[in-house]
Amino acid sequence: MLPAPNLSPKELVNDDVDLMNETNMTTASPAVAGNRQSGSASPAIAEPPREKLTKKAITADHPTWCPGCGDFAVLAAFYKVLEKRQLDHEKIVTLAGIGCSSRFPYFVNGHGAHYIHGRAVPLASGISLARPDLHVFLFGGDGDGFSIGGNHLDHGARKNINMTYFIMDNFVYGLTKKQTSPTSPIGFKSKTDPIGAIDQPVNPMKKLIAGGATFIARTHAAQVNHMIQMIERAFDHQGFSVIECLSECVEFFPDVFDPANPKKGGSFEVIQEKKWDNTPEDDLRHDVTDELAAYKLASLPFPGVFGVFYQSDRPTKNALEKKWIETTREKIGGASDVEILRKTFDRMK
Amino acid sequence: MNETPVVKQAEGGSAASPTSTATPASGASPGSDRADLRPENIQDAVIRLAGNSQDGIQTAGAFLARLAGRSDHDVMTYMTIPATISGGPSIFQVRIGSGEVLSAGDEADFLVAFYQHSYQDHLDFLREGGVLLYDSDNVEPNLDDKRFVYVGVPITGLTVEALGGTAKDKGKNIFVLGLISKIFNLDVEKLKKLITEKFGGKDQSIVNTALMAFQAGYAYPVGNVLTKHYRFEHFPKTSGRAQITMDGNQALAYGLIAAGVRYGAGYPITPWSSIMETLRRELPKYGGIFVQAEDELGAVSLALGFSYSGYLAVTGSAGPGISLKAEAIGWASMAEIPLIVCNIQRGGPSTGLPTNVEQSDLHQAIFGSHGDSPRVVLAAASVEDCFYIAIEAARIARKYSTPVFILSDTSLATRIEAFDEPDLSKLMVDPKPDLTPREGGFKPYDLERITQHIPPGTRILDGKYPLIGGLEHDEMGHPTGSPKLHMAMTAKRRNKLRKLAEEIPVPEVYGDQEGDTLLVGWGSTYGPIHDAVKMGREHGEKIGALHLRHVHPLPNGLEKIFAKFKRVVTVEMNDQGLYGYGQLGTILRARYCEPKIQSVTKTDGLTFRVKEILQGVFPGKFVSVRGYSPNRPVSGNGEQDVDVARAESIAQGAG
Repeated sequence: MLPAPNLSPKELVNDDVDLMNETNMTTASPAVAGNRQSGSASPAIAEPPREKLTKKAITADHPTWCPGCGDFAVLAAFYKVLEKRQLDHEKIVTLAGIGCSSRFPYFVNGHGAHYIHGRAVPLASGISLARPDLHVFLFGGDGDGFSIGGNHLDHGARKNINMTYFIMDNFVYGLTKKQTSPTSPIGFKSKTDPIGAIDQPVNPMKKLIAGGATFIARTHAAQVNHMIQMIERAFDHQGFSVIECLSECVEFFPDVFDPANPKKGGSFEVIQEKKWDNTPEDDLRHDVTDELAAYKLASLPFPGVFGVFYQSDRPTKNALEKKWIETTREKIGGASDVEILRKTFDRMK
Repeated sequence: MNETPVVKQAEGGSAASPTSTATPASGASPGSDRADLRPENIQDAVIRLAGNSQDGIQTAGAFLARLAGRSDHDVMTYMTIPATISGGPSIFQVRIGSGEVLSAGDEADFLVAFYQHSYQDHLDFLREGGVLLYDSDNVEPNLDDKRFVYVGVPITGLTVEALGGTAKDKGKNIFVLGLISKIFNLDVEKLKKLITEKFGGKDQSIVNTALMAFQAGYAYPVGNVLTKHYRFEHFPKTSGRAQITMDGNQALAYGLIAAGVRYGAGYPITPWSSIMETLRRELPKYGGIFVQAEDELGAVSLALGFSYSGYLAVTGSAGPGISLKAEAIGWASMAEIPLIVCNIQRGGPSTGLPTNVEQSDLHQAIFGSHGDSPRVVLAAASVEDCFYIAIEAARIARKYSTPVFILSDTSLATRIEAFDEPDLSKLMVDPKPDLTPREGGFKPYDLERITQHIPPGTRILDGKYPLIGGLEHDEMGHPTGSPKLHMAMTAKRRNKLRKLAEEIPVPEVYGDQEGDTLLVGWGSTYGPIHDAVKMGREHGEKIGALHLRHVHPLPNGLEKIFAKFKRVVTVEMNDQGLYGYGQLGTILRARYCEPKIQSVTKTDGLTFRVKEILQGVFPGKFVSVRGYSPNRPVSGNGEQDVDVARAESIAQGAG
């Protein structure tokens, strides 16, 4: 077998079956049954035409976030992207670990899973590798991504597994009610640092560049249009695409992102990317393929700059594994699974 | 079985007279074999090769095992490996039989000693009348001990001589293989073919060197020092299926492939690693992927991602790694995701005894997660069973949408057995997920039925999509704090495994169907326990054995079997615990409230010898046996003299 069920559900339904006359829906045609896992006996059913993917169709539970939480805007931006792109509803998969922002999948009506703390990257990796037909969206917070899941972030990046990972960074643990997070600035007073945080915070951009992520961007929950742009570019990128989004926790770390919010007197400075137009101003613009330049941008003092820091077209693990499978199977020359295993056993006789 | 020596001692003054063997034929003194060397038919022989791990004795032993498999003999091997990175004393034991071979043998009929320490450490394993074949360049045996037949061969010198200077003494293993082939009248052509196959992928000169070493060993005039040759009786197999020879980890890996497992993830750890190596190499042939993850938590999470996406996946490890996976496996119980988790057990706790055997992770497999998180635990009984248990695990995981543990251990992982080639046309499973569109109204956690998830990518026509999660949930998968729902969902997760228990066949009792003693085992102790029943019955005991492949849930109806015996004794390679019972014993006592359930346990990191079991089960009996017995029988494990343990630790340099 090959792991890529790229067929649309429509193609999986045998055209010969009278789709309008499905009184006996359990009699699936052999062609359909052949695509089944043994034991599952779901009926083949007539597939009505697709309706437009609307915000209503992809909305699920009302978010449990506190009023004013930055994550609402992220959810709204995500809905907008899905509506704009008109993806097949069943191919959208939203995943998350643990944390306030990780409740995200419950608020999206679509296939999805709410996993354990910090391990959502490898979960998403499994889905992405086995099912290239799916759109894998992963959501989480700074604790999930940079602390308990920090190692998985590095290795997801290194392996360049195809997915879109959106990290809502609020500089604090909110679900557990105000402990220091890996991105809390020095001096932040929390329940675990009553005299102010003393540990150097993680710099997400630097971590992602060093880890080898192939699309790295930074945005702000108060900048909906910028968020939408970043999500779309991350989605279009083949590889491990990560967006860090400053998303305010109004309950435990209010106003911390105001310096980057023009409405609150700050300034939202967007990275000017090179246009390769041979103009003198272009020399000053950022080359997103330049790792060192990206690292320098990441070193700017808070609140820093926003936009795409780094992007590379390094091959994904998805593609490299697929290539290995294809070369291997070419050598075997289309032998069936039984024949392959029999041949292996022959060598053990 | 070993009570009756099977490699028969030569008549009269035993094999060769000790005096003549005291001066082993030095150099490569030619001279033809004595004409009166007639092969004697034998049915069973235990050959122990003792040397250092870098001598390649595993390779030589593996050739013997493969040859036995090709010749329709039953074979079982046993090895110890030092936990050091390179070097250290090591053994490989091969038991070849014309009948059923269940255990690797308590005593050796042939001991091949490469070094003085090999001789000293393993002489106690040689049965009286057995043959000590030693490298006379390195070993000086006590020839005054008349219990054994001594065959000294200058193995090192002859190997160097045969191969020329550059090889040093590399090739001793193959030389010895040649020697053994001669003594046991093995099929030289088949062996040469195996050698050529094994080394064929490398430089042709390596094949040539190996064949030269083999030839030199084979040509050695062993008849000058040994008055007998042996020949295994040949009973053609009746099944008509060819035999395949492999170790337990290979059998498990190929069993998973046959079961339709196409995806998996793992992290290296002894003794699990070779399974992931096999799957990494083999799965692409079947269109699948095995990922080496960044850590154990990543590995189990990747596997759960594969499973969630519609392809039942595998992860595995040894105890330390399973501990790290525990949280995610609990998620699989909660979210009701199918998953296969292999635990190739080794000595614990913590890093413990990385290259030794123990069955001390049973409770971890059954209970090792927070919360009430029911899961299924199966245990493979033999190398062959490693193959079939994988198929059973996959069947259960899919049908009940649950994590399933497969417990194996170091001894199964590393030992080689020959078994009938499985009938793949009947067994092979087609693993494709079902992505056909569904009508609406789908509830992933329907309280009325056993959960069967719909893989992502499946269109659901009412537009309501399921959410899978680790929070307690309602039938649609959305979070709930409802006390009633938590009770109902907890019961749902538990009841499906009760349902499973109803369909598990009650295992057959081996030996006496009723009587005094029922031995109950699980996992790799199958062979020694069954041999113990045989030997016990030969000595007049009313004894039977029950072996559990499904350890959790247990099959229903065991109490009816227990009722037929005066006492029930679990035989386990783990500690007796605070209350005096092994891990299975503890479970059985909790389940059946039956005081007649007892345990014989041991914690020396070695497989059970048949006599150890009998000594443990029948206090005061079966004591007139030779050999190192690490435990004082019955009173339990770890109760040997502290002084003895201290002396051992000093001997091993650990003191």
